[in-house]
Amino acid sequence: MTTIDLDATKFEAEKLFQRKRLIGFGIPSVIAVYFVYIFFAFDLPGLAGRANMENAVTLASDSWSHKVHVTRDNRSGEITYAVEGERKGRYPDGQRPDWVTGDDAIIIDLGREHIVRYLPDNRTEIEIPGFQLIEAQAEGRTVTTNLPDDLPDWISASDRRVGITTPEGRITLTGARTEVFNYFPGWELFWFTLDSPYYGQSLAKVLFGDQIDPARGNISGAVSDWWNNAMWRHKDVAWAIGETILMAFLGTMGAAIIALPLGFLAAKRFSPFMLVRAATRRLFDFVRGVDALIWTVVLARAFGPGPLTGALAILITDTGTFGKIFSEALENVDQKQIEGVASTGAKPLQRYRFGVIPQIVPVLLAQILYFLESNTRSATIIGAITGGGIGLMLTQAIQTQKDWEEVAYYIVLIIAMVMFMDWFSGWLRGKLIGRKD
Amino acid sequence: MADISLSGAPHHVDGIQASYMAQVQRRRLYGGLTLLIFVVLMVSGFNVADDRNAGGFWDGLHQIGDYPADVLSEAWEKRADLPALIVKYFPALVETINIAAVSTLIGAIGGLFLSLLGTRGLAKWPRMIPLFRRISDIMRAVPEIVIALVLIFVLGGGPVPAMIAIAIHTAGALAKMFSEVSENTDLKAVEGLASTGATWSQRMLLGVLPQVAPNYVSYTLLRFEINIRASAILGFVGAGGLGYELRNSMAWGPGRFDEAAAIFILLFGTIVFFDQVSSRYRNRLTEGQGQ
Repeated sequence: MTTIDLDATKFEAEKLFQRKRLIGFGIPSVIAVYFVYIFFAFDLPGLAGRANMENAVTLASDSWSHKVHVTRDNRSGEITYAVEGERKGRYPDGQRPDWVTGDDAIIIDLGREHIVRYLPDNRTEIEIPGFQLIEAQAEGRTVTTNLPDDLPDWISASDRRVGITTPEGRITLTGARTEVFNYFPGWELFWFTLDSPYYGQSLAKVLFGDQIDPARGNISGAVSDWWNNAMWRHKDVAWAIGETILMAFLGTMGAAIIALPLGFLAAKRFSPFMLVRAATRRLFDFVRGVDALIWTVVLARAFGPGPLTGALAILITDTGTFGKIFSEALENVDQKQIEGVASTGAKPLQRYRFGVIPQIVPVLLAQILYFLESNTRSATIIGAITGGGIGLMLTQAIQTQKDWEEVAYYIVLIIAMVMFMDWFSGWLRGKLIGRKD
Repeated sequence: MADISLSGAPHHVDGIQASYMAQVQRRRLYGGLTLLIFVVLMVSGFNVADDRNAGGFWDGLHQIGDYPADVLSEAWEKRADLPALIVKYFPALVETINIAAVSTLIGAIGGLFLSLLGTRGLAKWPRMIPLFRRISDIMRAVPEIVIALVLIFVLGGGPVPAMIAIAIHTAGALAKMFSEVSENTDLKAVEGLASTGATWSQRMLLGVLPQVAPNYVSYTLLRFEINIRASAILGFVGAGGLGYELRNSMAWGPGRFDEAAAIFILLFGTIVFFDQVSSRYRNRLTEGQGQ
């Protein structure tokens, strides 16, 4: 008897081990096979060909540096100096960076003995250590140079366009214009644009020094010039972040307000009619299933782009999610408390108010606050689709493909915003319902 | 104190009652004030949002149905083409699901390591716990779209940017949920393994994972649901899959609404299907744990 029993148990145990072993090897191998399939389905081998490393380099260097353009219009001979080549970053008349000297011949010192000279009659001379003196003449639509036939790979030249890239800066020459880009680290004009009288003043001088602008007090003038900075648009950015948080706030709170009564309708204990219950639950499933993406698309047609559309899209989707969570919480309330309230002669509404609500409030608040944080992130994405908030500014900045320092600025702000909302919702949760443990 | 107790029982009760009523009143006042602030915030927030929106709320309200009605009526007219269109967009759907699945897998693996390395008692390098926690905080805080858009610029459109973007966010989000679970693990098993000379990875694999696996799998499934939605949305900004097709078909406008309708149907069906499947398995996993 016992031997048979033992044998049977041993057999059972071995089968169990075998199954465990199968699972232990099976699941990782299934995952591995899936990864191999994805490797080819997503065409990862071809990715190297499609990837644009030049873009990556531009992105990486531009996000923390800026360039100053020195441009000569070869038709009028006019020379402009502008940060990032933008009209808003242009140096006012009569001013120019201190690395540019000379009057008839403009001498641009790029550093480390890289010197570019804009000579009269649209001639240009470029001195690069270890290379011959490059002379170029722009005429009509062509550029003639003294460059030899075999060029190093940092020079590209044709009779229409010459491009020279050095570690100190970049030079492009075409018939219409000659441009020098000088790179500097940092986000230029972040505080004040060049037309502001506060540009280049030290903080101490603005705070405690003599009045700089006769018309305005130092601090108010500086703050207003910074706030209205045309390059970095601090005012618009602040508004955009406000819009994004507003979308998340309106959407989450609106959804909670709508979902609470509907949650009662969907909970077995409070809703005796099967039909009503099923209908409400299907409604929740439907609005959740349609998803914020489709709601955004549909609502954008009715309300146009903007924060309201995003808020409503979040509101509708989350009504479904909250409804589901709330009705589950309502199913799990303790009957004793309700009975206790009922025994004092409370009417149904009072029973709900004092018997049910206090039990589910912690669950509700925890969920609402969690979603408030998560919806801040969703609002960024929805904003990019429907056109509102910081998401839109980010997509626009990326699409122009040149203001990478602004992209970096927005990314930092978005991460800071989400982390702030995370902290804030956690803090509020702690205040309202106490720590979790 | 002594005065009150000497002045007799009735006064005593009165005093308690009065102070209770005062407390109730104060509570009501605070509650009312909180409610008032909340209402003011909601109303003013709504007005600001309404102001900054291109179309007003009240003007748009009666137009909500217009677009779905257009799409549905056109789709109904061309209902014969619908099955063919659904077949046509099925590969895009598979791509969307693949993006979600791969990024969930990668994110779960990354989140697993981040959570184990960032949990007190389990970490391999206890001094580095704050570092790993901050890393997962930052990964969680980055919205997918930020990474996706930057990567689309570098890698070109397609599923890979979306996959990486969602995986990074998933790793951060799961690391937080995982570490909430693993903080409550029973350390006895780990200590027992340590006494036999087990390495860190053996302790984690044999001591911790069996305890936390049901919860981890449950959270991963929940994340998969979320990631399907995310991958559809990222498609809309150029990362391939169903969202990309949806944007294209919408750009065509009227005349191609049947395609939009087919995509809506596919997306809706997929989301509902995976929601149901995953919630069933999650229920089973968490129930099994209670026994």
